[in-house]
Amino acid sequence: MREACGIFGVMDRGGRRFGCEMVVNALKNMYVRGNGLGAGYAVYGLYKDYREYYCLHVLMENSDVKSVVDDFVNRNFDVVHDEEIPVNDEVKVVNPPIFWRYFVSPRYDLKDDYVVEKVMEINTKIDGAYVISSGKNMGVFKGTGFPWDIAEYFMIDEYKGYIWLGHSRFPTNTPGWWGGAHPFCILDWSVVHNGEISSYGTNKRYLEMFGYHCTLMTDTEVMAYIFDLLMRRHGLPIETVAKILAPPMWDQIDRMDEKMKRFYTVLRMTYAPLLVNGPWTVIVAHHGEMFGLTDRIRLRPLTAGEKGDLLFLSSEESAIRSVCNPDRVWTPHGGEPVVGRLKGRALKRVVK
Amino acid sequence: MLFDPHIDGVRKLEELFDRARFQGKRVEIDAKDLKHKELNDLMRECILRGAREIVLKNVCGQRYIASRLFFNKPVKVNISIYGTPGNDLGAFLSGHRIVVYGNAQDGVGNTMDDGEIVVHGRAGDVVAMCMRGGRIFVRDYVGYRCAIHMKGYVNKIPILVIGQTSQDFLCEYMAGGKVIVLGIGVERHRCNYVGTGMHGGEIYIGGKIESHQFGREVGIVEIEEDDWKFLEGIVREYCFYFGMEGKEDDILGKNFVKLIPVTKRPYGKVYAY
Repeated sequence: MREACGIFGVMDRGGRRFGCEMVVNALKNMYVRGNGLGAGYAVYGLYKDYREYYCLHVLMENSDVKSVVDDFVNRNFDVVHDEEIPVNDEVKVVNPPIFWRYFVSPRYDLKDDYVVEKVMEINTKIDGAYVISSGKNMGVFKGTGFPWDIAEYFMIDEYKGYIWLGHSRFPTNTPGWWGGAHPFCILDWSVVHNGEISSYGTNKRYLEMFGYHCTLMTDTEVMAYIFDLLMRRHGLPIETVAKILAPPMWDQIDRMDEKMKRFYTVLRMTYAPLLVNGPWTVIVAHHGEMFGLTDRIRLRPLTAGEKGDLLFLSSEESAIRSVCNPDRVWTPHGGEPVVGRLKGRALKRVVK
Repeated sequence: MLFDPHIDGVRKLEELFDRARFQGKRVEIDAKDLKHKELNDLMRECILRGAREIVLKNVCGQRYIASRLFFNKPVKVNISIYGTPGNDLGAFLSGHRIVVYGNAQDGVGNTMDDGEIVVHGRAGDVVAMCMRGGRIFVRDYVGYRCAIHMKGYVNKIPILVIGQTSQDFLCEYMAGGKVIVLGIGVERHRCNYVGTGMHGGEIYIGGKIESHQFGREVGIVEIEEDDWKFLEGIVREYCFYFGMEGKEDDILGKNFVKLIPVTKRPYGKVYAY
């Protein structure tokens, strides 16, 4: 109910970019929620100079695989720029892999779908290489260690963003390795998660029909693909998606009026394999939007807070208060999303 | 090799003692950046050195506050907390009094044995879980699964009072004790599955709530004279704690329901032996 991973998200709904201090300090406040076997961050709005290009962050387990990935990326994309993701070698981390980033432009139409397809190809066909983020003007930095170590290792204090997600991991039933740390990401959808997804097998098999393949050995991976499928490809808003992932019980549906009953029944029939079972809380971001959602009976905690344009989502209220004195804090009911969206024209400034 | 954030890096008492400022039997502790073990060690040591009133400042997320204050010779200490105490505040509490000037998080009064906890704000999930004695007053609302498996025995009757409302699964598997939800400023309670699996104890809820929001193991009974007397006492105490004297009649003026279990062994036929 109260234990396990620490998750935190902060967004400036006015689109102003800021540094990593809040997210890192909030995770420090919740230090007992992690055990050093995984931490990571997602930053939105950090690559201003390359904002119209997809940025592939690729984790490579050895240097041999680098040339294979180079070759693959060059064959399938126009590469505008690529470099090793800078790291601070003086930070003590265990067995760090190589992280490389490629700013690319797809050669075909349906660009998002094309990128997803190629990411899946790298993950499934190139042994030892995994794409850990693939959106425009955003990036994921993650690995095995405590949140403050991973922050220093990737020197994330050099970046600025208008959304920051952070995660401090306490793995319970899947391995703690660099690729298994959170956030999980596809295109610009990234997810940090506390809990476990007992419907993983059902969700995973359903997603495979749409070309998503899970390779990172952690249940949260399905969440990233579910949001990409339902929200980007099927065009559903989070308010509807929440009713698919965390639907009300049948006895509650039975008491609704005819129109709502039909709506919920249709959703449950259409997307039955995307009901996400088990205890979970996620914080999800993509450009322009950040939201938090829990399972329908809230078996994992989520607290929201706001101060002016800043929206906070956190496992614990104290973490929010350790970085800011919020105007208000509240806890949503299970299955009801807390949503922050960029106001007015701020969205255009960020991605277009 | 693995770092245990609960234990590793915990400083010794000697290093922390300059944070405790004594004034007779009163001690003020600056909790800023203290780990939860450090804070609890320090509180215990202060009581052993004679403190009977502890004021904690700058609390931010430290867990298990006041959970290790059991002494062979019973003492009662008043503890005031400024800031946001972390999970399991007052777990196993043995007779002390805690007042929180702010919100509390999950697990307030977990398996609490005796004493009082007064929260000038809201509290999170599983408040009063397995509570077996003492009283908890929460001014605002509480989260999921509060008073889950609360117990009671003869004259040891734990009491949880909630000013506004609760989220789902209030009093799940409740075995004893009393839970009172006053419904102040609440148009309609949204909590579902109240009292699911309940097999002991009593729940009083003020304000609008529908019978489908209760678990199957719950029976609704009329409020009688003794119940009103009990509620009056509780409401008077609530108003006194939170500076709402004079509002008693308003609070008691709404409709109250009383819930009791329909059977002492709701799952007796499921787990036959």
